Amino acid sequence: MILVKDNRCDFCGTCVAVCPVDAIELREADISIIHDTCIDCDICIWVCPIDVLSSDEKKEEVKHD
Amino acid sequence: MTDFDVIVVGGGPAGSMAAEAAAKGGAKTLLLEKDRDIGYPVRCGEGVGASGLKQFIEPDPQWIAATISKVRMRSPDNTKVDFGMKDAGYVLHRRLFDYALANRAGRAGAEIQTRAYVDGLMVEDDVVKGVKYQYMGENRELSAKIVIAADGVESRVGRMAGMRTATKLRDMDSGYQATVGNVDIDQELIDFFIGSNWAPGGYLWIFPKGNGMANIGLGVNGKVAKDFSAHDLTHKFLKDHFPKASILTSVCGGIPIAKTLKTITKEGIMLTGDAARMVNPVTGGGIITGMVGGRIAGEVAAAALQTGDLTSKGFKDYPARWQKAEGKTHDGLHRVADAIFEITDEKLNKMAHRLAKIPPDELSLMKIFTAVARQKPSILIDVTRAFAGV
Repeated sequence: MILVKDNRCDFCGTCVAVCPVDAIELREADISIIHDTCIDCDICIWVCPIDVLSSDEKKEEVKHD
Repeated sequence: MTDFDVIVVGGGPAGSMAAEAAAKGGAKTLLLEKDRDIGYPVRCGEGVGASGLKQFIEPDPQWIAATISKVRMRSPDNTKVDFGMKDAGYVLHRRLFDYALANRAGRAGAEIQTRAYVDGLMVEDDVVKGVKYQYMGENRELSAKIVIAADGVESRVGRMAGMRTATKLRDMDSGYQATVGNVDIDQELIDFFIGSNWAPGGYLWIFPKGNGMANIGLGVNGKVAKDFSAHDLTHKFLKDHFPKASILTSVCGGIPIAKTLKTITKEGIMLTGDAARMVNPVTGGGIITGMVGGRIAGEVAAAALQTGDLTSKGFKDYPARWQKAEGKTHDGLHRVADAIFEITDEKLNKMAHRLAKIPPDELSLMKIFTAVARQKPSILIDVTRAFAGV
C-alpha cells in the first residue's frame, strides 16, 4: 500500500502524471491514494522529488525478519 | 445555448494564449485557474529563448529578471565549455509574466476565474459538453462547446475525457529547484551541469534572477529516480558550492520530456501545453512551446466554432499545425535525449575537454549537439533534422 507522509506534500502532480492507473487524487492542497485502484507499482514513490510517498511493504518485510 | 463557447482549464502560458486566441477569434471564452493566483506557485526554471518569446510578446522589464548573453555547459569533472550567444534569452519572473499573458487574454475578451478547481467534465455520448468545478466549496457546472485542457503536467482533465496522458517513467524528470539569494554569479550567464554526479539522467541548472539571486535546480530522470532524490541532490549541491546562499523559495515538480501525445483532440476537447506533453525533450523547456500550442488550439477552436464541426475531425488543423511548428522537431530531440542519457560520464568529460579548446564565439549549440551525436552516429541525422527543421 502506498502511503503519503503527512504535511510534506508540495502538490506538484508529478506522481499523478506517471500513475498508470489514475489512482492518485490531487486537489488543491490535498492528495490521496485510491487504494482499490492502485496496483502498488511504486513508480510514484520513485519519481516524487521530495520523497513524500512510501510503501508499507518495507515495514512488513521488517516484521518477517 | 451553452454558457460559453470555449472554456480553458489552467491559467499558465499555454492556457492564457489559448484563451486569448479563442476570444480574438470571436468565441465567448472563460479561463479557469485552480489556484487563488494566476502564475503562482512557480514550478519552473523560468528560462526562455529570445526569438521564441518575441514572436508572442515584447520583453517587458517588469517581468524580465535577467538578460542572457552567455551559455556555459559543464561536464561531470566540471570542465567548462563556454559559448557566447548575443540576445540568447531571458530568465523571467513567471509570476508577473503569467499575469501579463492572462491580462492580455482578458483584454481580448476572455473572462477569468481563479480558485476554480475543475473536478469533472460534463460528457454526453462520449462528447465533452462542459466542466464541473468547485469554487469556494461550492459545486458548479458550466457548459461549453469546446474545452481546452491546459492543466499542466498532472493533466487530470485529459484523463477525465478518457485520453491517455499517463507518462512513462523514462519520459518524466523528477525536478526540484531553489530560488536563492546571496550568490555571486554572472547575471548574464546560464550554467548547465551535465553528468550523473550532478543530476543522473537529467541536468542541473543555474539561471540568474537579478540582484545576486538565482534559480538553482535539477531534474533526475524517472528511470533512475528510484535511487536519487531531486531534493537531496539540490541541497547537496547548494551546500558544496553555495554554502552562504539564502533559500528564498523552493519548489518541486515533474518535467515531462516525452514526445507530444499521439492524440491531443477528442470530441469537444483539446489538450495543450504540458498537459499535451509539448515540452522540449532535451532542455525540458515548455514555456514557449506551450504558448505555440496554446495559441494554435485557441485559433483552431475559434475556427471550428465557425464551421460547427466540433469533433476531432473539425480540430484536425490543431495537431497538424503543432506538428509542423514544433512536434516534428520534438520527435527528433526525443531521440537525442535518449542518446545523451546513454553517454557515460567519462565520454562527456572527453567531449568537454575537446570542446573547451574552441573559442566561445566559434562554438554553437549545433556543434555541441554534433559532438554528442558523434558518440552515436545514428542520431546525427535526427539532430540535423531537428535543427534544420525538416
